[in-house]
Amino acid sequence: MSYHWNWGVFSQRAARNQTYLDWLLSGALFTVGLGLGSWGIALVVGTVLGVLRTVPNRLCSGLAATYVQVFRNVPLLVQLFIWYFVMPDLLPLGDTFKHLTPFVQQFGAAVLCLGTFTAARVSELVRSGILALPPGQKDAGLALGLTLTETYRFVLLPMSLRIVVPPLTSEFLNVFKNSAVASTIGLLELTAQGRQLVDYTAQPYESFIAVTLMYLCINTAVMALMHWVERRARIPGHIGSH
Amino acid sequence: MLGDGMALSLEITAVAVAVGIVWGALLAMMRLSGIRLLRWSAVGYVNLFRSIPLVMVLLWFFLIVPQVLQRVLTVSPDRDLRLASALVAFSLFEAAYYSEIIRAGIQSVSKGQLAASFALGMTYGQSMRLIILPQAFRNMLPLLVMQGIVLFQDTSLVYVSALADFFGQAYGIGERDGRIVELLLFAGAVYFVICFTASSLVRRFQKASEWQ
Repeated sequence: MSYHWNWGVFSQRAARNQTYLDWLLSGALFTVGLGLGSWGIALVVGTVLGVLRTVPNRLCSGLAATYVQVFRNVPLLVQLFIWYFVMPDLLPLGDTFKHLTPFVQQFGAAVLCLGTFTAARVSELVRSGILALPPGQKDAGLALGLTLTETYRFVLLPMSLRIVVPPLTSEFLNVFKNSAVASTIGLLELTAQGRQLVDYTAQPYESFIAVTLMYLCINTAVMALMHWVERRARIPGHIGSH
Repeated sequence: MLGDGMALSLEITAVAVAVGIVWGALLAMMRLSGIRLLRWSAVGYVNLFRSIPLVMVLLWFFLIVPQVLQRVLTVSPDRDLRLASALVAFSLFEAAYYSEIIRAGIQSVSKGQLAASFALGMTYGQSMRLIILPQAFRNMLPLLVMQGIVLFQDTSLVYVSALADFFGQAYGIGERDGRIVELLLFAGAVYFVICFTASSLVRRFQKASEWQ
């Protein structure tokens, strides 16, 4: 192939005292920020939904199940466009939202979209974690005089959340991968910066290789972090606590 | 126009499912084989594809496939190769996910089956093809279909190359007529109905087969 490799392109000046490498790094920063923000939302909303699906109340479990079905059966890209283009017209605070700077709008829509999307998946895991516990755990909690809320808070959740740490790891990895979709609404995260670099430098291979390596780094870091969490959260006496 | 888009989405899904399952089955067998080189290359392939965002994989293939085709098959540079690139990208990407499902399916078949087929004098290839894989595929059919549904949703990402699949058409019409809100909600509803119906059918099938 007559492709002209030029790895020096990353140290070339892009704009405003920035090199192209700075562009990629700022993209990586947004990807990490977007991923962490969405993950926070997903953990909170997902845990609440997962609990709701197991409580003895038809209405609560039905609503939570509907949420999961809706968010799992519509493509992420469509959900993102709905958050970005449709929601501001429908929600009460939409007009205020439209007056924010474009970056805040893009980031806000992307965080909400990824957070609520991932929450549906997290809730399935939390639910399966709670259902995996022997029913005696809940009965024992209630028999000791704890209310249902207290039983969840002190008995069921501390156990089930620790059981589901390994599958949560793969959802955590997914958040960062899915965050690349945010490049479609113009958010300059890692993938979007990579594409911009291709346009500016005409060195597509170097740009994409750099972006791919950065995703691999993020992946590795998340796996290392979750490995540590998994070790700390291990329940003594269970299989896998070797 | 929306019909054309849906046809394109379904075409990409069908091709990627078919190629992905065949290539995925080969990867799974490589991964379970005794030859270290085969095993490691399968592990490397699967892990690489599973750690990169699908959007990035698509961008990579939109870059590479046209260049390779033009060079190797001397396709004229004016030909629109975006669909070919998307088909290659989705097939290779999904194969990584299918191979994990298929590997789990193969491992779920009891070891005695393999021992029994060896005892009957079958070769490794024969016992895989006639004994193990048919049982494995039956066990993992629901998961394979579920992955197909996920794939169908993911085809909307060809938007990054401006290919007019169902979502691309819907968004395009919305933009042209100033009716983005309606068209986006409509597109979401259509995806929901298709995927919800399909996954409900899979769950019913799963329940029915559990009772047997």
